[in-house]
Amino acid sequence: MISPHNDDLITIRLNGSEVEVPNGINAVEAAALHGVEVPHYCYHPKLSVAGNCRMCLVEMGTPMRDRASGEAILEDDGSPKIGWVPKPVIGCATNVSPGMHLRTESELVQDCREGIMEFLLVNHPLDCPICDQAGECRLQEFATDYGRGFSRYVERKNVKPKRTRLGPRVTLDDERCILCSRCIRFSQEVAKDDVLGFVDRGSFSTLTCFPGKELSNNYSLNTVDICPVGALTSTDFRFKMRVWFLKESKSICTESSAGCNTLVSSREGKIHRITPRRNDQVNDTWMTDSGRTLFHSVRSGNRILRPCVENQDVPMEEAISAALNCFKGKKVGVVASCHSTLEEQYLTKKLIDLTQAKAFIRGHFGEDDGILLSADRSPNLRGALLVNLTNQYPGESLHSLNDAISSGEVESLLVLNEDLLSSGVTEENLDKLPIVYLGTHANETSRLAKVTLPGLTVFEKNGSFINRSFILQAFEQSIPGPVGLVPQVNIICDLINQLSNEPSCSASFDDLWESMNASIEGLPEGLTHTELVKSALQIDRTPWSDMPFVEKEALHYTVEETTVV
Amino acid sequence: MSNLPKERRIILKNADDPSYSNQIDCYVRMGGYENLKKAISMQPEEVGEEVLKSGIRGRGGAGFPAGMKWKFLDRKSGKPIYLICNADESEPGTFKDRQIIYKDPHQLIEGMMIAAYAIGAKLSFIYIRAEFHEGARILNRAIEEAKSHGFCGNNILGTDFSCDLVVHRGAGAYICGEETGLIESLEGKRPNPRIKPPYFPAVLGLYQCPTIVNNVETLCNVRHIIEMGGDEFSKIGKPNNTGTRIWCVSGQVVKPGYYEFECGSLTLGQMIFEVCGGLLPGRSLKAVIPGGSSAKVLRADERFSGTLKDGTEFDWGLEDIPLDFDGPMAAGSMSGSGGIIVMDDTVDMVEAMANVNAFYAHESCGQCTPCREGSLWMRKITQRMCSGGAREEDADLLLSVANQIEGRTICAFGEAAAWPTQSFVTKFKDDFIQKASSSEKPENSTLQLI
Repeated sequence: MISPHNDDLITIRLNGSEVEVPNGINAVEAAALHGVEVPHYCYHPKLSVAGNCRMCLVEMGTPMRDRASGEAILEDDGSPKIGWVPKPVIGCATNVSPGMHLRTESELVQDCREGIMEFLLVNHPLDCPICDQAGECRLQEFATDYGRGFSRYVERKNVKPKRTRLGPRVTLDDERCILCSRCIRFSQEVAKDDVLGFVDRGSFSTLTCFPGKELSNNYSLNTVDICPVGALTSTDFRFKMRVWFLKESKSICTESSAGCNTLVSSREGKIHRITPRRNDQVNDTWMTDSGRTLFHSVRSGNRILRPCVENQDVPMEEAISAALNCFKGKKVGVVASCHSTLEEQYLTKKLIDLTQAKAFIRGHFGEDDGILLSADRSPNLRGALLVNLTNQYPGESLHSLNDAISSGEVESLLVLNEDLLSSGVTEENLDKLPIVYLGTHANETSRLAKVTLPGLTVFEKNGSFINRSFILQAFEQSIPGPVGLVPQVNIICDLINQLSNEPSCSASFDDLWESMNASIEGLPEGLTHTELVKSALQIDRTPWSDMPFVEKEALHYTVEETTVV
Repeated sequence: MSNLPKERRIILKNADDPSYSNQIDCYVRMGGYENLKKAISMQPEEVGEEVLKSGIRGRGGAGFPAGMKWKFLDRKSGKPIYLICNADESEPGTFKDRQIIYKDPHQLIEGMMIAAYAIGAKLSFIYIRAEFHEGARILNRAIEEAKSHGFCGNNILGTDFSCDLVVHRGAGAYICGEETGLIESLEGKRPNPRIKPPYFPAVLGLYQCPTIVNNVETLCNVRHIIEMGGDEFSKIGKPNNTGTRIWCVSGQVVKPGYYEFECGSLTLGQMIFEVCGGLLPGRSLKAVIPGGSSAKVLRADERFSGTLKDGTEFDWGLEDIPLDFDGPMAAGSMSGSGGIIVMDDTVDMVEAMANVNAFYAHESCGQCTPCREGSLWMRKITQRMCSGGAREEDADLLLSVANQIEGRTICAFGEAAAWPTQSFVTKFKDDFIQKASSSEKPENSTLQLI
């Protein structure tokens, strides 16, 4: 496993040139820091070291020391004499030490790689034309980069099961498996669901589930991601799309406050899969299976595709003025959302201040799995805290709104995303007042709304969220939204500008972020969305240290961090 | 015949005496467990010092000095220390440990208790191969006897020293003889050998605790080292090759069997032609594997020359190779587990190779790539060669495959699988080429060359 980051830099000699690397990291990582690839299959930076593929064999030597005196032995020219290990060593299990010499391109190393590549392919079915991994397959890549380019194997190949159902979402082709054990180690070490193992021995070793078990945990698809070959495939994605046609964009998972970094792969405006994107502070290289299916909502049947006034499709301008009419002269209530982006929440807050509206917000909660599915099932509750939409930790109900309607404190409503009927507001009360609903999908509340304004899903817009560790992370648009729809920020801006009768608010992200940096405490000057996509920002959490956050201890999240000042 | 040394039986002293039994009474009557008493009266460090002084080298195959191995123990970790006896004797051609286990189990138990005392182990294991079911039964009974006599278990001989001894049976895999594979198996897992670094048993062994793994014969020797003292023991045999060794001779000799001699006291030729009564009538010697099937084969007409570690020059024929640790090593092979396999002129070397390859392909654990794929590939090649499909280029291909395995695997199994091929193909290349020219290639061969 990769050693924790440290600033203790040492000097080693990599292929003859002196380079600085953190002390104690392994040779594969050290070389990578200086742009030198040491090919590997079984090594994974987030799993224990197995050392079984032997692809990362390199030559290693250390400065020799006199046994008696402990002093360095020198060559005639005064340079330290290097004791080269007679056999090649595996880079993944070789941790660098001061003065270490590494050769990653020598004749012996190249010969090792050619040998390993040949061995890995002798019993490989070479069925790339029908293999889903083609295009992102380490076997293909390293065979091209480090292999001999021909095979001397004339014997019969081993035959193994071609399509084993390991679980509801993962299908195994044993003939392609190179027995690297990444999936086994992942199941044991990360998913904590030890169900995979090898049976039989030698070249007939076969990956399988333990009798009576299946790979059904909510992290099973990570095994597909880390499988370096086409052995483990996603049953959902299998045979659907060639990966080289896919466009990838950086996104953030909205399943919970964990804020997994993701890559959304799409082609011609259609999303085909979501995979995790490495972030060592948040999700390492993992995400939940459930988070990968969220893109199906983009084309779900209850999507709101057009602005409506009293169930009639109208142009956006008409819908906006109908919405404004609802608010005019009324005591406004705004139901903000923890699912909104920080930008949307900021503008919502602006709108609330402008209309002197009463603000309401609810949380969404579920079971915490202690890994990457946290108890807070909204992506941006902490964003609502940062822009001061509320100074209380939101509960699950909106009884206070119900009371406010009953007592006449709220006479019209703007609702973002939420369904009020399932939050403790009665239908009788909702019937009393005009509702403007701004959201992506229809629900019971949108059906009662006088004005419905369509929004874009997380995949169709830019934005940012603050995760459970108060890390502010931005995501970028993956696919175009439905025809004619604009991002929520534009709609809220429109409302603000028309209510205040002056074009004071701009939905351009440059202007928006400039104004956010100026008015939100904790955001540094000059911060832009583009910058945030590249590198996230840790928000100082101390103002909320007393809040009763519901998340449990989990990967890269400790409870102490948030509750102790 | 004149200068042929006599067998010197130390380990097998009583084993084949018809009046000797493997019961404890018999063992005690012959002076058994006296040395355990002696050892416990010493400081543990002193016991270790005697073993170091004796210069005894491990009898399992690698020949690493046992006293040195004990010195590597991580005693500062504060974790419990374990002793494991490797009784997974599986190297083809080797059948010495079973003699000890079946005929003189108490000698092993005494040796182990002394060793456990020296290294500070409170729990010891005998990992015995599955096929020795009777051996496991004998050991378990012997341990019960030893416990009831206070030689094992709690408060040994009335002292504070306690060490339990557990017999664990393997499940039939050669790889369990590799010490880290053995440890994994003992932990209840698949016996995949561990990577070194970091998992050196003396530091991170059984249950990630410091562990010593010694061979049966090595541990029995510990008893005799205490009996005669390390210095006295080191006078047996030759410097750096101390003590006796049990050689297991198999193959085409008149009297195959096990013979215990002082290290270096006789030559390979004396062993084959005098001790074992020579070859069968009318046969001539073709080749010898001196240290179990994984050792490199030696050709009968080969000459070996060079300089020994002590500076003396040598120029040997096969028969002149001294039987100790360094002799076969100097000849480019190894004494390994002491299994001498003799092959005469009736042996088809390709068939012999195919046999060895089949064994290693069957026994490869499959964990690391070169051994897993290479051993099976070599088996497929030699199998094809023996069933009429030999090609001239197969000899070079076999050698190249073996070279791609050697030195690149997690454990020494890679070498064990590669060395036979490397040596057979290099030394008997003509036989392999000949196989190709004599190969019948039937019209409707089922073999598809693709």
